[in-house]
Amino acid sequence: MDRRKFVTKLSFLLVPGGVIGTFLKNASARAAELYNPSKHYYGMGIQVNKCIGCGRCVEACKEENAVPKDPFYFRTWVERYLIKKDGTCTVQNIDGRISGSVETGNEKEIMRSFFVPKLCNQCDNPPCVQVCPVGATFKTEDGVVLVDDNRCIGCRYCIQACPYGARYLDPERETADKCTFCYHRITKGMLPACVEVCPTQARIFGDVRSSASPLTRFKRMNKLHVLKPSLNTEPKVAYSDLDGEVR
Amino acid sequence: MIEPLAEKLADLLRQVSGYIYPNEIEVHWSILIVVYPYLTGLVAGAFILASLVKVFNVKEVQSVYRLALLTALAFLLIAPLPLLLHLGHPIRSYEIFLNPNFTSAMAMFGFVYAWYLMVVLLLEIWFTYRRDIILWSQREKGVMRWIHRIVALLSTDVSDEGVVFDKKMVKAITIIGIPSAFLLHGYVGFIFGSIKANPWWSSVLMPIVFLFSAIVSGIALVILLYMVITPFRGGKIDMPCLDKMSSYLFYAVIVDFSLELLDFIHRLYQSEESIKILSEMVMNKLFISLGIIQVLLGMLVPLGIMVSIKLFKFQDELRKLMYFVSVILIQIGIFATRWNVVIGGQMFSKSFRGLTAYKMDITGLEGLLTTLVLLVLPFFVLAILVKILPPWDTTEQARSTAHAR
Repeated sequence: MDRRKFVTKLSFLLVPGGVIGTFLKNASARAAELYNPSKHYYGMGIQVNKCIGCGRCVEACKEENAVPKDPFYFRTWVERYLIKKDGTCTVQNIDGRISGSVETGNEKEIMRSFFVPKLCNQCDNPPCVQVCPVGATFKTEDGVVLVDDNRCIGCRYCIQACPYGARYLDPERETADKCTFCYHRITKGMLPACVEVCPTQARIFGDVRSSASPLTRFKRMNKLHVLKPSLNTEPKVAYSDLDGEVR
Repeated sequence: MIEPLAEKLADLLRQVSGYIYPNEIEVHWSILIVVYPYLTGLVAGAFILASLVKVFNVKEVQSVYRLALLTALAFLLIAPLPLLLHLGHPIRSYEIFLNPNFTSAMAMFGFVYAWYLMVVLLLEIWFTYRRDIILWSQREKGVMRWIHRIVALLSTDVSDEGVVFDKKMVKAITIIGIPSAFLLHGYVGFIFGSIKANPWWSSVLMPIVFLFSAIVSGIALVILLYMVITPFRGGKIDMPCLDKMSSYLFYAVIVDFSLELLDFIHRLYQSEESIKILSEMVMNKLFISLGIIQVLLGMLVPLGIMVSIKLFKFQDELRKLMYFVSVILIQIGIFATRWNVVIGGQMFSKSFRGLTAYKMDITGLEGLLTTLVLLVLPFFVLAILVKILPPWDTTEQARSTAHAR
């Protein structure tokens, strides 16, 4: 192919490419502008059997949300359960590459072992929202529990009230912080960072009211459980294949 | 600020046993939050003692009525300080009053506090002192004259009708005041007791246990103040008054002890999911502060002393010494009670699989020194209040009338 032909063909590609690109860019900007929270109600499904404990979700979350890198602050984390034949159960925190290796134990003693990703359960009946003295923690119309860090007074009552240990006090801002389902992403039609990076699709994000979505399919195809149901917090994060040892 | 915190948390991480959720390593409510219910408890207790005197017209204890009221006020003025110092953004604390979340126990506490301070305590003190303040301002010169005129809110009526009205008002406020004092400290208990996520706190008995331990600590404090201040002023301790107050203390300790025992037995018998980790915590982390200080030194020993005082007739001097030792032990015991509730409630993981650790700082905003300052500060406030509103004049009168009878 001579140079003239090549340039002509390339222009055929470039022009529509640019047009489509601009269109997509505008479309996503418009999606954010047109975002209507009343049309959504978010939830997450976690397939315990699919989690391989790689910790990429933990790292991605810390990166995406500027969570302090120290191993004391997590919006999401992964627990590793080792249940031995004598019935004893040990749990470890898989925190990505922060603290490195994990104990494997003696293989012959192990009865079963699995990983459980944890995050804020975005409860429908959230104790953190109930106790916040100034309403800095609130539930959005689309079902996500958020913290307004311009209003939070840093009393830490919400941290005490959360049964799942999902909250921490941001050491720089001195306000409460927690998983937002990556609210800045999902309102633009993107997936939460942890869901996007999960190599096994152990995390499924979506609209709980939608009639056809991966989350709905997950809910249809699996027996589900939530964490600490006796506390009546009504979590919107549902687990499949959840072991009774998990709290 | 962040680096030392990270180092401290890394150090604590090494002391964790079992598994805790990763965000749980930081003990969020520190020693300052121990001080807060301790101070409010003293307020409620001192006020309830004063109210008992008024409502049931107990003659023996009249001489400490005003002291008890001033004590309650002094401690109430300092009580919010530890909370304020503890906040990440103390400057935003006014939001609790401007934009309260009505489902939050903590937000509502702001109003209970304000009600108690403004409507109950300040009014009762004002009506109790009004006539005296006016008389003092008439006799005095200079600054004190003006202070008293302002404190009297420029009232100048010393007529008998005025005094009769004052007495009626005091009676009415006391009647509102008792439930308010119950509310004040019961509510502090509710702040903890309503947290369903925490099995160490979540108990319907919590407000009642808080209330009775408050009464115990408040009465013990007034006894202590009375026993220390009276000799300093060159006065003589009135033994019937001391016996009567100690008698109240004795009954309050018995109720408090029974309630805590009931809570303990109930937990053990129900043996819920959390019982293993809570037992482990009590045996390891709280053994000294709960077993030794709170129960043995703070409750059983003073109870033993007070029972022996009731059973045997000891000399006045020995009795005084025994009372003195009891009230000091009780104060330490109640402080340990607050510690065991607040810190204890954060020593175990909500995964019920591990225990965490707390290391108190010495310096810093949430350290031991700040705590000591906060515990001593109310006594300074009390000294100023006593200077402006001496609670003694009536003491002398009461004593002389008692002697005349």
